[in-house]
Amino acid sequence: MGKFGRYLAIRSLYSILILWGVTLVVFGVTQILPGDPATMVLGPYVSEQGIELVNERLGLNKPLPVQYFDWITGIFVGDWGLSFQYEQPVYDIVVPRMLRTAQLALVAFLLVVCIGVPLGVVAAIYRGSYVDTVVSAVTYVWLAVPGYVFGILFILLLGGPVFYLFPSSGYVAPSESISGWFGHILLPSVTLALMMVAHVLRQTRSELIDTLQSEYVRTARLKGLDERTVLVKHALRNGIIPTVTLLALKLGSLLGGTVLIEYVFSYPGIGTLTVEAIHNRDLPVLQMSILLIAAAYVIANLIADVLYTYLDPRIEYGGA
Amino acid sequence: MLQNRNARIGLGLLGPMIAIVIVAPVLPLPDPTATDAANAFASPSAEHWFGTDHHGRDLFARTLLGGRVSLLFGLGSTAIGLLLGVPIGLASGYFGGNVDEGLMRFMDLFLAFPSLLLALLILAVFGGSMQYAILAVGLVFTPRIARIVRGSTLSERNETYIEAAKARGESHTHILVHELLPNVKSPIIVEASIRIGFGILIGTSLSFLGLGAQPPNPDWGYMIAESRDYLYNSPWFMLWPGLFLSITVLGFNMLGDGLRDILNVEIEEQ
Amino acid sequence: MSKNKRSPSNQTMTRARTAQSTSDRLLEIDGLSVEYQLPDRTIKALRDVSMSLEEGETLGIAGESGSGKSTLALAILQYLGDNGNVSGGSISFKDTSLLDASDEDLRSIRGNEIAHVPQNPQTSLNPSITVGEQIAEVIRLHQGKSSTEAKEDAIGILRQVNISDPEENYERYPHELSGGMQQRVLIAMALSCNPELLILDEPTTGLDVTTQSKILSLINELKDEFNTSIVLITHDLGVLAETSDRVAILYAGELVEKGTTSDIFSNSANPYTRGLLAATPDIETERELKPIPGNIPNLDRVPDGCIFADRCEFVEDECRTGQIDLEAVDDGSGHVTRCRRWEHVVDEPLKTSESEGTTSGPVDEAYDSDRKLLEAKNLTKTFGETGLLDQVFGGEQPVQAVNGVDIDVCESETVGIVGESGCGKSTLGRLMVQLLDQDEGTIEFRGEDISSTSDAFDEFRKDTSIVFQNPDSSLNPQKRVYTILERPLDLLADGAEQDKDERIAKLLMQVGLGPEYATKYPGELSGGEKQRVGIARAFASNPKFVVLDEPVASLDASVQANILDLLQELKAEYNTSYLLISHDLSVVNHICDRVAVMYLGEIVETGPKSDVFNPPYHPYTQALLSSIPSMDPEDDRERIHLEGDVPSARNPPSGCSFHSRCPKKIGEQCEQSKPELEGTNAGGQDNRHRVSCHLDEEQMNEPVRET
Ligand code: SF4
Ligand code: SF4
Repeated sequence: MGKFGRYLAIRSLYSILILWGVTLVVFGVTQILPGDPATMVLGPYVSEQGIELVNERLGLNKPLPVQYFDWITGIFVGDWGLSFQYEQPVYDIVVPRMLRTAQLALVAFLLVVCIGVPLGVVAAIYRGSYVDTVVSAVTYVWLAVPGYVFGILFILLLGGPVFYLFPSSGYVAPSESISGWFGHILLPSVTLALMMVAHVLRQTRSELIDTLQSEYVRTARLKGLDERTVLVKHALRNGIIPTVTLLALKLGSLLGGTVLIEYVFSYPGIGTLTVEAIHNRDLPVLQMSILLIAAAYVIANLIADVLYTYLDPRIEYGGA
Repeated sequence: MLQNRNARIGLGLLGPMIAIVIVAPVLPLPDPTATDAANAFASPSAEHWFGTDHHGRDLFARTLLGGRVSLLFGLGSTAIGLLLGVPIGLASGYFGGNVDEGLMRFMDLFLAFPSLLLALLILAVFGGSMQYAILAVGLVFTPRIARIVRGSTLSERNETYIEAAKARGESHTHILVHELLPNVKSPIIVEASIRIGFGILIGTSLSFLGLGAQPPNPDWGYMIAESRDYLYNSPWFMLWPGLFLSITVLGFNMLGDGLRDILNVEIEEQ
Repeated sequence: MSKNKRSPSNQTMTRARTAQSTSDRLLEIDGLSVEYQLPDRTIKALRDVSMSLEEGETLGIAGESGSGKSTLALAILQYLGDNGNVSGGSISFKDTSLLDASDEDLRSIRGNEIAHVPQNPQTSLNPSITVGEQIAEVIRLHQGKSSTEAKEDAIGILRQVNISDPEENYERYPHELSGGMQQRVLIAMALSCNPELLILDEPTTGLDVTTQSKILSLINELKDEFNTSIVLITHDLGVLAETSDRVAILYAGELVEKGTTSDIFSNSANPYTRGLLAATPDIETERELKPIPGNIPNLDRVPDGCIFADRCEFVEDECRTGQIDLEAVDDGSGHVTRCRRWEHVVDEPLKTSESEGTTSGPVDEAYDSDRKLLEAKNLTKTFGETGLLDQVFGGEQPVQAVNGVDIDVCESETVGIVGESGCGKSTLGRLMVQLLDQDEGTIEFRGEDISSTSDAFDEFRKDTSIVFQNPDSSLNPQKRVYTILERPLDLLADGAEQDKDERIAKLLMQVGLGPEYATKYPGELSGGEKQRVGIARAFASNPKFVVLDEPVASLDASVQANILDLLQELKAEYNTSYLLISHDLSVVNHICDRVAVMYLGEIVETGPKSDVFNPPYHPYTQALLSSIPSMDPEDDRERIHLEGDVPSARNPPSGCSFHSRCPKKIGEQCEQSKPELEGTNAGGQDNRHRVSCHLDEEQMNEPVRET
């Protein structure tokens, strides 16, 4: 096994361990959530007998380790349990929601990559110039204004009485209407992208500035290379590595961190589902949605680390 | 400190905000909870400087007083994050080995959740209230602060002044508190000032979702949430809390960046 | 095995050409001044510097930190950064004025006609591009060759700078090469377009002596081969004496003396140059070091008169006024000095006479086996024991840093440990004060095993102490000097014995600092002052044994001598024993009584200094000694060049650990059986001089034969 292969194996194993830890946390948290599941399913006025029956059906009278074991094995065979609230298989509720969030996240991610990185590079090259100052000022504002405020502003300006350009809420599947899908997904994804663009832009800028001041860039310039080659070949490649890993992390948080934006735009994604599940004490749904979000996070972390190690030949392949 | 542009602007923005928050309760403001249904959605006027909300409550008073909760939130959650994160990061970085592994793997577990979601979960367990929300966000901050402190400690612990202390037989506690801590304080200060801004953002987000500050007392996040349903009736309703909130966060962010330059700290943005 | 004898012919040849014919002037710097603009002040980094370079000549530029020598290199290349600018003077290269050259002109000159080898090989190569491509790209750029041709050329040039397996190394990334190889790559890159002028900025700083000596011979060889003119910048006078035809000495941004190498080294007419020469330890002569007092001045305010006046032993009132001009000492050779009183200066003898005995302690008196203070037996330390995961996935081997070392130190004795980086000497030093715990072995202090009782350990702790290499790192930047000195007093000194304030004031005085230093922070002190505080801290508890871990390695030459002197004084006063760890044989030679030479975690030779530094040698000691650059420009003794790099301590060679590089290896015996440290006949009956080598004494005496 090569050094990189070994690193990959150790790092993946470690991610699996973390995920396992996450299942424990999720399971534990749902156990100590206040409220009794049976009452949640049947409402407050039920007989002892009814509770017994429900507990029996949901497997809640078994010992905890057994419940945990059943839950875990269920995840792997696709039996994710029944939603308390909808009385439907959790799988059928959570997966479509997750996919919708993924669409949102991907569009936002594309925006982040296409706007944040190039602007960051430009700001670094023209450091201290007019362009740089404006870009920095704008990113400061983007970072300070909460996403939901932007969202509401967008709705106010573009989704309402001022200009009716986009619908302000809901979701249309692309199979129904591509333009409808795009219209519904654009505002929330732009809103999502804004803050992240600011982050990515700042990171790209500062890393590239550091690289442009490094000794090996000096070496490159003192070889007589023109500024374009110096930038593209010698600086960008190293300067962009931290950004690439940051992007991977951002994708992870886009997949899970959209609660507020989904809420503002009434977008039926995993974020709103999770909040709903918390409010309704819909434990099976809550468990799975959190687990999926955390998995997206952990996998994004894994990708970020592995990419970093892969891209930067200097890194020693340490343990996890 | 005032030589740095970012720090100067940051302080310039924060100064008035903090002043407002401190003096607002003693100012002769209209009653922020007094409703006046006849006068809902008023635009700014001599009587209601910022206009009124859907219950006809005075937005000027509500906005000025609403900062209290937000600022408290930012400071409180950061304080809790520091209280837990700094010792964990110090110990982890200094002792290394199994202590480090254990602590950091434990922290990683919490880093597997998005900040807001983790806060929501914690609140789901304890029930939504201001105190618990602060605690929840403090816990969310802990692993992130611990990582930064650990990173700085790692680069400090190889300095030979630590070895010099060991060579004269200092205790671990002495080394941690008297030798290391003063030398990692700069990154801690920078991180803290950025965290405060972030804490305010999360705090208002929680209020926005109805899990933080409890009505009828004013809070920026909660005000924005309320305004959402009446956007088209009056944009002022959202504008004022949104503006004040953003200025405060901007102030902390710029102050943090300024401090980073002044104290010459390198922190990875993540 | 490569070995190389430098031919003196080249030097004499170019020296003869020093006649003032402007025609073959390659580079002419005239009245150059450079300033750096900081937010709150302006640093006048170079002031009115003039020098010239003939074709085929090597000009050495020497100076300590802050002298402006690197600025000069970058000014020639017109690369001063955003905040630096030339505020006066001119630089012409052939017939072009570099200050007026357009960006485009500069690009076609850089890397092509003037090439630069930067100071720090590790950070100066692009980490994510193969070294071959980094060379080939220059060839493509300036010579318009195709990729295949450029690659061939690059491989050829890698071979010329003695990189083994050039085809294979072409594809490697910089971090996969050792420091010495990285430096070769940079040199290859610079030579790839056959430049007329090569600027080498500290080309060997940070490299081990054996590697340094190889790089220096390489430079001399290449100069002959390519007929390149060289500007070589260094703080190390020995390096200059080895390589230069002419030398310029910079001090605090001014050119203070300039002349042929022999003008400077044997006939200097400048107090600063003379001070430097007198302050630099030289392994060949046992002479007393004469430190230069004081520090380099701040360059934001340049005083009237001579910039060196505050530190000069010849200073008179006349020195402090007006402008001091360069005056000709010898028109024929172009020897000039910036000193009003140089005629008085040349009358004094150049170097202090041979040892007056105060510094190099009398060799045999210190050792007395009845007065052993500290004795370590079979010390062994391994780092990076692999964990379970590593074993499952086949992780790396642990590092054997120290491997079964026996060492003893007597009362009032100074024992030196020398070796190159990675030989385990620092680990050994840390074990000796128990900053690290050994895996195996014992330490006896005053005849008692320190691990036997906690009292024994406490006593050991109280009586031992350590001085670290880098004073920037060894003083807590957040504490005042007073606090730094107070802690060891609180913890280790016999409290009631004395008043703390008094003791701190006395300590400061003993290390040559005034009591006013007590309230300062380390950031307010110069490097030398910090090291003095570090030493004061080590002596606060009245230790009987102090480990000195490279105590002068990070200091400028003029400051080094001060610190070495101070250490000698303190030793006499406190009756302390030292274990001095150093890579610098001249330093070890200068203050030690006994010496141990380490290689890959083991002691390969040990004994009284006079025995170790004279035949019979261990082949490694022999190579080390031959690698030290000589301060005498006429010296052209043979250098032994060790093959390759030090093997990894994760996987040391079998048998004699030196066999993979030993020039005298005698076949299988060396590869298979490990030699013991055994006494030599020359070392006398008490077996004090011991060598671990299979050779007999006669073979060890022999010079290395050409193969
Ligand atoms: S001019 Fe005076 S102070 Fe300066 S070096 Fe000469 S003798 Fe010394
Ligand atoms: S034992 Fe052999 S290989 Fe080792 S130093 Fe002696 S001659 Fe060289």
